[in-house]
Amino acid sequence: MPTFLHEARLKHQNWLDILFRNVTRLSAFAVLALLVAIIASLLMGSLPAIKAFGSHFLVSAEWNPVSEQFGALVPIIGTLVTSCIALLIAIPVSFGIALFLTELSPRWLRRPLGIAIELLAGIPSIIYGMWGLFVFAPLFGDHIEPWITRLLGDQPLIGPLFSGPPMGIGVLTAGIILAIMVIPFIASVMRDVFEIVPTLLKESAYGLGATTWEVVWGVVVPYTRIGMVGGIMLGLGRALGETMAVTFVIGNAHELSASLLMPGNSISSALANEFNEAVGELYTSALVELGLILFFITFVVLSLARLMLHRLGRREGQAV
Amino acid sequence: MLTLYARRRLINAATLVISVLAMLFGLFWLGWILWTLLINGLPGLSGAVFTQMTPPPGSGGGLLNAIAGSLIMTAVATAIGTPVGILAGTYLAEFGQRGWLAPATRFINDVLLSAPSIVIGLFIYEIYVIKVKHFSGWGGALALSILVIPIVIRTTENMLRLVPNTLREAAAALGAPQWKIINFVTLRAARAGILTGVLLAVARISGETAPLLFTALNNQFWSSDMNQPMANLPVVIFQFAMSPYADWHSLAWAGALLITIGVLTLNVVARVVFRQSATAH
Repeated sequence: MPTFLHEARLKHQNWLDILFRNVTRLSAFAVLALLVAIIASLLMGSLPAIKAFGSHFLVSAEWNPVSEQFGALVPIIGTLVTSCIALLIAIPVSFGIALFLTELSPRWLRRPLGIAIELLAGIPSIIYGMWGLFVFAPLFGDHIEPWITRLLGDQPLIGPLFSGPPMGIGVLTAGIILAIMVIPFIASVMRDVFEIVPTLLKESAYGLGATTWEVVWGVVVPYTRIGMVGGIMLGLGRALGETMAVTFVIGNAHELSASLLMPGNSISSALANEFNEAVGELYTSALVELGLILFFITFVVLSLARLMLHRLGRREGQAV
Repeated sequence: MLTLYARRRLINAATLVISVLAMLFGLFWLGWILWTLLINGLPGLSGAVFTQMTPPPGSGGGLLNAIAGSLIMTAVATAIGTPVGILAGTYLAEFGQRGWLAPATRFINDVLLSAPSIVIGLFIYEIYVIKVKHFSGWGGALALSILVIPIVIRTTENMLRLVPNTLREAAAALGAPQWKIINFVTLRAARAGILTGVLLAVARISGETAPLLFTALNNQFWSSDMNQPMANLPVVIFQFAMSPYADWHSLAWAGALLITIGVLTLNVVARVVFRQSATAH
């Protein structure tokens, strides 16, 4: 049977189709391979430290490059505490911003204000760090911290958290700057999920005479609860991994102190400050293990965030 | 005693006022940071910044090598990351209806999108810098390209999903093979949206410092050799700002102003491009 010209061309096109599909598939696969490679390389790098310290690494507060004794407790606590402070401030503020943008703002103001908040997210973290170190920390140390100490330093229970010399830099300052950085992330997710609430539901509540706040608290919030938590976790993921802004203002002290006004350390700032100066295999490897721990924590937090946002998206799909 | 009605009105008014205050709170920081940048950055922003190398402490100089290094690494990172991102995004949108690969990739990609950038720097250090035994521009560009990929994948997939199926069907009815449909119809229709994603990715990486610390490091001199440690704006700003020298501080502020202007401009341009494409549809 003779092969017709168009038949040959058809085969050729078929072959190109398969080629194209597999090239795109390979690229998608590369993303998975990337994740595996990141985890594997960090594991390999931290093997010496894992062998030397085992699980003791996680609970030891000692960090002594001279005697080569390393423990991750101080940076881990620093990372968690700064992120918690950030969320405590950022959640109510972001909620307010999202509420303003979806329910209150005049229509012509929504876009510019939304863009302004997103620009806040666009500013590189090193700028937040410089601004924090040179502008915010001195003001904070001179005017706000003495006031906080006077007000709260002698209270029972929380007193120790707010005592100590007002230095400006410290865990609290880092937490506040992180809050400013994650507000745009949380606010824009909250705004997006608020917007998916069916107008019908809101208008029914308004029709029954509910006030704006009652509509938000009674209809919008219950409807979008999962999505809001997802947005918060997304912000938490950002806060945990943020490096430069924290490095500038946290003070980089490997000491555990009860006061939030004292300098501390976080995983990412320990890495940024010490990695290039680290001498010896064990020191480097301990720092890589810190990075592995950070990656693990953020991976879990971000996965939960995505699962929650995904669930909200599915429910929306069913409702419509 | 307030009546129930008055109390409800009061609570409503109070929460709405708080919401306005929250909005102002957010704008307040944006304004304060930009104001600080302008006040401190403008005096240092002279012609020398663009024509001279980074100086040793105590003498005059500029940021030319850092600006050039940043541009080179950002360009290389974008050139590496964009094709991979677009291809993978295409797979997710066009071939990803069946199987396990697409959902898994989508999920992992979303996680990588916000993964700590310093860990990416560590990763490149472990797999590349250790092997070649020196810091280099290539290492920095590789680290940045890993940050580009998730952003481009995400926007490519989203934009391709916005292309109406009727376009694909029309092309298929004309007898076009699938690779031609995707390359010449759907990708072309989504071009502006994908460009937005690339611009946002460039904006993101041009301010990144953490992944460059362990990869490109810094270089006080002019270097266009990607195999050498390479100067770049973020790390120069970091080192200069942390130093005790006043003239280094003023250069750091000038650099910070430059980066912020660049990044914010890219953000705004990306939005304009996207908006124009949205109205064109």
